[in-house]
Amino acid sequence: MEMARTMTETKVAGTAPTEAIKFKIKMSGRGVNVHYGAKHALKTVDIDIRENQVTAFIGPSGCGKSTFLRCLNRMNDTIDACKVSGDLKLDKQDIYDKSIDVVQLRARVGMVFQKANPFPKSIYENIVYGPKIHGLATTKQELDEIVEKSLRGAGLWNEVKDRLLDSGTGLSGGQQQRLCIARAIAVSPEVILMDEPCSALDPIATAHVEELIDELKSKYTIVIVTHNMQQAARVSQRTAFFHLGVLVEEDDTANIFTNPRDERTQGYITGRYG
Amino acid sequence: MDISLVFLAVLVLAVLGMQVGRSRALVAAGGQVRALHSRVGYYGAFMALAIALPAFMVLFVWTAAEPAVIQALVRGKLPAAIQALPPDQLSLVLTTIENLAYRNIPPSQSQPYLAEAAAQMRDLRATANWLMVGVCMLVAVSGFFLARGRITAEFRARNTVEAVVKILMIVCSSIAILTTVGIVMSMLVESLNFFAEVSPLDFFFGLVWDPRFAGAARADQTGQFGLIPLLWGTLFISFVAMLVAVPIGLLSAVYMSEYAGSKFRKVAKPLLEVLAGIPTVVYGFFALITIGPALRDIGAVFGLDISSTSVLCAGLTMGIMIIPFVSSLSDDIINAVPQSLRDASYGLGATQSETIRQVILPAALPGIVGACLLAVSRALGETMIVVMAAGIAAKLTANPFDSVTTMTVKIVAQLTGDLEFNSPQTLVAFALGLTLFVITLGLNVMALAIVRKYREKYD
Repeated sequence: MEMARTMTETKVAGTAPTEAIKFKIKMSGRGVNVHYGAKHALKTVDIDIRENQVTAFIGPSGCGKSTFLRCLNRMNDTIDACKVSGDLKLDKQDIYDKSIDVVQLRARVGMVFQKANPFPKSIYENIVYGPKIHGLATTKQELDEIVEKSLRGAGLWNEVKDRLLDSGTGLSGGQQQRLCIARAIAVSPEVILMDEPCSALDPIATAHVEELIDELKSKYTIVIVTHNMQQAARVSQRTAFFHLGVLVEEDDTANIFTNPRDERTQGYITGRYG
Repeated sequence: MDISLVFLAVLVLAVLGMQVGRSRALVAAGGQVRALHSRVGYYGAFMALAIALPAFMVLFVWTAAEPAVIQALVRGKLPAAIQALPPDQLSLVLTTIENLAYRNIPPSQSQPYLAEAAAQMRDLRATANWLMVGVCMLVAVSGFFLARGRITAEFRARNTVEAVVKILMIVCSSIAILTTVGIVMSMLVESLNFFAEVSPLDFFFGLVWDPRFAGAARADQTGQFGLIPLLWGTLFISFVAMLVAVPIGLLSAVYMSEYAGSKFRKVAKPLLEVLAGIPTVVYGFFALITIGPALRDIGAVFGLDISSTSVLCAGLTMGIMIIPFVSSLSDDIINAVPQSLRDASYGLGATQSETIRQVILPAALPGIVGACLLAVSRALGETMIVVMAAGIAAKLTANPFDSVTTMTVKIVAQLTGDLEFNSPQTLVAFALGLTLFVITLGLNVMALAIVRKYREKYD
């Protein structure tokens, strides 16, 4: 009960009138609960995700941040025991509504995973996989254009343009992850969800991907889950802190890291636990 | 004294030694278990091994060598005229003596030297028996004392026991390997005997299989041993079997691993694998009694002349038998495709069927090919089904409604009944067996190499 009240206060403070005018809400969740079998993984989460901004989810392992991320494009549907309730909207449209085709939803809300997972196919095939299944392009020329545009968008074009037919699994870890980002933007999504995209990368590759995220936000709405608080501070405009399945606090990133309202947030960002 | 009694006595002594070893080790350590090099149990095990192993070895060697030694001794005492007989007759005499001595079967013609030798043999055996007991017990007891003397707190009992156990394991695995080598060698030798009489060219490239009976072919003709019709029949039936097994097995594997709920899967997968547990002879008479006549009747409706033992009948039955191989292996391989690839595909908005067709199956393809090759090698070596369902006529025909025969059927045919093992008619079975062995071995090696190469990709 007390937690719920804290959250309501947070929300009121977070959506001050001036900010609400400046930014358009791309996705929103109201009273989202997730159960994994008997486990209550997410407890009544309310959040707004702003268009063309980077929203970071932080929090200790098992706090529910990845679970919530996977609710946003219904990736949790593939897990049998997972039950989602509450209201999740993309452009004011309920994404869990029966009329929504999950295939269309995922074309609009793309995803990049923790471990780079290119298909064991050529770089070219990796990129055109999505456009082909959604029928976004039919001719070879259109596909070629999409490949170049996506790889340029992911900052990978110059590195791989001469070996587009080599296997995607032969790239380095950082290149693989950028290939996955290129693959995600090839279907022209509106939102890109990133689940700890840099956790398996070295600092240089991480810097590459972070730069990329910063560029991508002009075109896409980005939600990123990260364990790395410096990363959240560097790339995001909004930060949400999850703890034990509860969204404790969501605010401008600068506020979260300099002036958190909740002592759990303070405890986490100062490294007292997590 | 019986051998089993000696065996038991040594065992009792070993158990006793184990207790002595334990307590002796404790005493040596002054009651301080930590002061011992090894745990107490190892000292006991060391004692037991030191007592039992040499004694059992003596027992084994003695039992194996005793009859030959006794025979040699008895033979030496036989009248010179008998000893001068040719070897096969001499061994007949010795068998007669043994029968008289041990089994009390009187010889057909009573001779004084026979009774004398039999009595001598009985005496020798009794003496040998007591000697064996004595030597065994002596070895066991001396093992006991020698081992006991070695037990001190510093003695590395664990290392010694583990070394002995390791040697035991090596012996066990080399028995398996040596057996294989022995089988291959004997096939090879007998095949060489066969090729001494029939030219390999005629065998491997001959188009006619007509070996004749050994007795009938004695004079001028040895028959013809053309492998090709049999090889063709084998491959043809296996091909039909794969036509049945691969689509059904693969689709059921895809369903099991991608679509079926975990509850259904838990029930259905073992049920499917029961198919693999049905003895092939049962499949055989299933084919003979049910499938064959059914096919013939169905064929009659369409005006087709399907013989009741046909390629189609054998192939269908064999295909059903192989389904669990293909589906079970493919299921494992499909499950080995990482979840992250599925996530990647779903995350891009692919449907389940798109994901399976464009991501999972291509990724699993090498493994599935490997699984199919293993199934083929199983089909090639299958005997009972084809014996009952494929027929015995060695024909070179491309008509699936006709009956053909396979290499395995002919091996059975050439080696059953009254026969002598020096005519090409029987020796050809070894050549066939060797050919089949080489083919299946090649397929297996290829399949395993493919599967292994595929596995490395995701580790």
